[in-house]
Amino acid sequence: MTFTSKSAVTQVQYLDDEGNVVQPLPAWADDLDLLINFYKNMVLVRTYDKKAIALQRTGQMGTYPSHLGAEAVGIGVGSAMAVDDVYVPYYRDMPTMMMRGASMAHNLLYWGGSERGSYFNRPDGALSEDFPICVPIATQCTHAAGIAAAFKLRGERRVAVTSIGDGGTSKGDFLEAINCAGAWQLPCVFVINNNQWAISVPRAIQCGAPTLAQKAVGAGIPGVQVDGNDIIAVFDVMKKALERARSGKGATLIEAVSYRLSDHTTADDATRYRPAEEVNDAWKREPVKRLRQYLHHQGVWNEDKELAWQSECNQQVQAAVEQYLATAKEPPEAMFDYHFESLSEPLASQREQLIEKAMRMAGGEHG
Amino acid sequence: MAKVTLLEAVNMALHHEMAADENVVCLGEDIGTNGGVFRATVGLKDKFGFRRVMDTPLAEGLIGGLTIGMASQGLRPVAEFQFQGFIFPAMEQIICQAARMRSRTRGRITLPLVYRAPFGGFIHAPEHHSESVEALFAHIPGLRVVIPSSPARAYGLLLAAIRSNDPVMFFEPKRIYRTNRHEVADDGQALPLDVAFILREGSDITLVSWGASVNETLLAADRLADEGINAEVIDLATIKPLDIDTIVNSVRKTGRLCIVHEAAKSFGVGAEIATQVQEQCFYELKAPIGRVAGYDVTMPYYQNEQYYQIHTDDVVLEVKKIMERSA
Ligand SMILES: Cc1ncc(C[n+]2csc(CCOP(=O)(O)OP(=O)(O)O)c2C)c(N)n1
Repeated sequence: MTFTSKSAVTQVQYLDDEGNVVQPLPAWADDLDLLINFYKNMVLVRTYDKKAIALQRTGQMGTYPSHLGAEAVGIGVGSAMAVDDVYVPYYRDMPTMMMRGASMAHNLLYWGGSERGSYFNRPDGALSEDFPICVPIATQCTHAAGIAAAFKLRGERRVAVTSIGDGGTSKGDFLEAINCAGAWQLPCVFVINNNQWAISVPRAIQCGAPTLAQKAVGAGIPGVQVDGNDIIAVFDVMKKALERARSGKGATLIEAVSYRLSDHTTADDATRYRPAEEVNDAWKREPVKRLRQYLHHQGVWNEDKELAWQSECNQQVQAAVEQYLATAKEPPEAMFDYHFESLSEPLASQREQLIEKAMRMAGGEHG
Repeated sequence: MAKVTLLEAVNMALHHEMAADENVVCLGEDIGTNGGVFRATVGLKDKFGFRRVMDTPLAEGLIGGLTIGMASQGLRPVAEFQFQGFIFPAMEQIICQAARMRSRTRGRITLPLVYRAPFGGFIHAPEHHSESVEALFAHIPGLRVVIPSSPARAYGLLLAAIRSNDPVMFFEPKRIYRTNRHEVADDGQALPLDVAFILREGSDITLVSWGASVNETLLAADRLADEGINAEVIDLATIKPLDIDTIVNSVRKTGRLCIVHEAAKSFGVGAEIATQVQEQCFYELKAPIGRVAGYDVTMPYYQNEQYYQIHTDDVVLEVKKIMERSA
C-alpha cells in the first residue's frame, strides 16, 4: 500500500493582527477578567524583559535570553496548566515559569549566576516539581516523556509539559521523545516556540517540512499549529491538549508560530544575519498589542488602565531587581554542599581547601 | 607580520587551509552568515561559498555523523561545536564511529576530520558553557586531542589538525580567545601534533599546563623567580598522544613536578601525567608530584566561579609546598 500524507496543517487563530475576531471565540473567552489577566501578565513579563536586558548591559547580570515576542506562548501555556502538572522549560521560558511560581527575582538570580534561581515554590506554596531551565538543546523533551511515563504508571491525572525552540526540533532528543510519547500514549504536551530563528539559522534551512507541527505525524500523535501571537488561540489549543492528556488519550505536539523580536541573547547581534524589514514586519503581528486592541474593542481596557498597569509593572519589576541585588551570594562552599547527599572524605577535604582559598582571596592576596 | 588574537589565529588558519585545499569544508551551527557565535569562521562563507561553509540544522549528533561520511569521501571537514558542553550529543558518533573507523577497516577508511570547540570557564557564561573535559576525549583510543594556548600555536596546530588523517578534537580556550595579541605569520607552517612546548627554562621545578591556565602558570613562574625558585614551564599543547618525553626530561633536570589544569582534579590528564612520570623517573623525583586543579564538583554558576578558578596564587602556593616537601 502506498500512503501519501498531505499533512495539511492549518493554523488556529482567533484574533488577527489588529485584535479583530476572525472566528467565534471559545466559550471560556467570555471571561474577560481571565483575558485581562493574560494581558496584564504579558505586559509584566515584557516590562521585566526590558529591565533584564538593561541589567545585563550595565554589568549587573550575565547573558540573558529575551522572550520579547513570545509572551503569548509563555503566558498562555503557563495559565492553562494545572498547578500539580510538571513543566520542563528551556531557557527562553521565563513567562511560563513565572506562571508556575518562579518569580522574576528567581529568574534574575538564575541569569545572575546563582543556582538558587532554580529553587522555587508552586503558586500554592508547595515546593515546585518543575524542572530547572534546560540549556542543552532538546534534552528536556525526553525528561518530559519520562515524567509523563511516571504519571501514567502511577495512574495520576497529571500532565508533563515541555517546550522547545524551532531549531531544537532538529535534534534527535526531540524526535525520540515525541516518538516515545506516541508509542506509549503518554500524558505529555510538547510546545514548539517557533520564533523563526535558531540563533542565525532561519526556520527554512532548519527543516524541509512546511510546518513543524507535522513532525507529529511520524510520532503518531496529533500536531497542531497555532498562531503564537494570539493568546486566545494558544490557551485554547493548550487547554484541549491538556484535557486530552489528562483523560488518557495521550500526547499532543503544538507548534506556536511567533517571532523572536529581540537578539537571540544579549551576547548576540541579530543585525548581522537578519533583515530589518523582516523584524519591522513581525512587529505588526506582535501579541501584546493584539490582545490590548481586543480588550479595547470589548470596552474593558483603556489608556488610563494601561498607564496604571504599566506603572504597577515598573514597580513590581523594580522590587524584583532590588530583591535580586540585595540577595547575598551563597558561600563558595555551597558548590560542595549540594553535590551529593553526603560528603565523602575526599570531597570534604577539597571543601576545606576551598574555604581556605576563599579566605585567602578575601584577604586580597590572590593574583 | 600581523598581530592577532588566538581567535583570529584560528580564523586565519581556516582561511589559509580552505584556500590551499579545496577538500577542506567547514560546518556547524551558525558558522556561515553569522561567522560562528565567537566569530571564528567570519568571512569564510563570503570567500568560499555556502557549499564549503555549511550551516547545519541544530543537531550535534548529525554533525558528528555527517563529518564521518564526508571524511570517508576524502573531504576534510572541520566541524565547529558551539561549546565543548554541546559535543555530548555527538559523543556516540565520535566514540563509537569516528575514533574506531580506521582500526575497524584496517586503514581502508580513514577520517581526516577536525572537531573544534571552545572550552573552559570563567567568562561569566551560563551553565553548560564552561566545560573542561579534555580527559574524556583523551581517554578514547583513536582520537587526537589538541589544545593551543597562544595565537601562534592555535594557527600552527590547527593547520596540523586539518592536515592530519586522523580525527582530531581541537579545543580552544575561550577565556583567552581575545586577551592577547601576538605576531603570527600566515605562512602555512604547521606545528607538530605530538610535541609539548617548553615556554620557559628552569632548574628547580617543572610546571606543566595547557590551555588558558598556561597564563597563570607563566605568571606564577615569574613570581617564583622573584623568590629564587626557578621554574621550567611546559605547554602540553597536545593532550593525546602525550609527549611524556619532554616532561620526563624536564623532571630529570628539575626533580620536581607540578601539574596545573582547569578540569576537575580526579581521573584527569594530570593523573595520567603524574603516573607516567613516576613510572619513568621515580628515583629522580625530589618531592611528591603536585597538582593544582579544579574541584570535583559541578562548575558553579558564575557568582562563585572565581573560587573554582585557578589563580596564580594557587600555583605559587602549591609549588612552595612541593619545594618544602623535597627530600
Ligand atoms: C546541544 C546544544 N547545542 C547548541 C547549543 C547552543 N545554542 C543555544 S540556543 C541555540 C539556538 C536555539 O534555537 P531554537 O531551538 O530555535 O530556540 P530559540 O533560542 O530560538 O528560542 C543554540 C544553537 C545548546 N544550547 N545546546
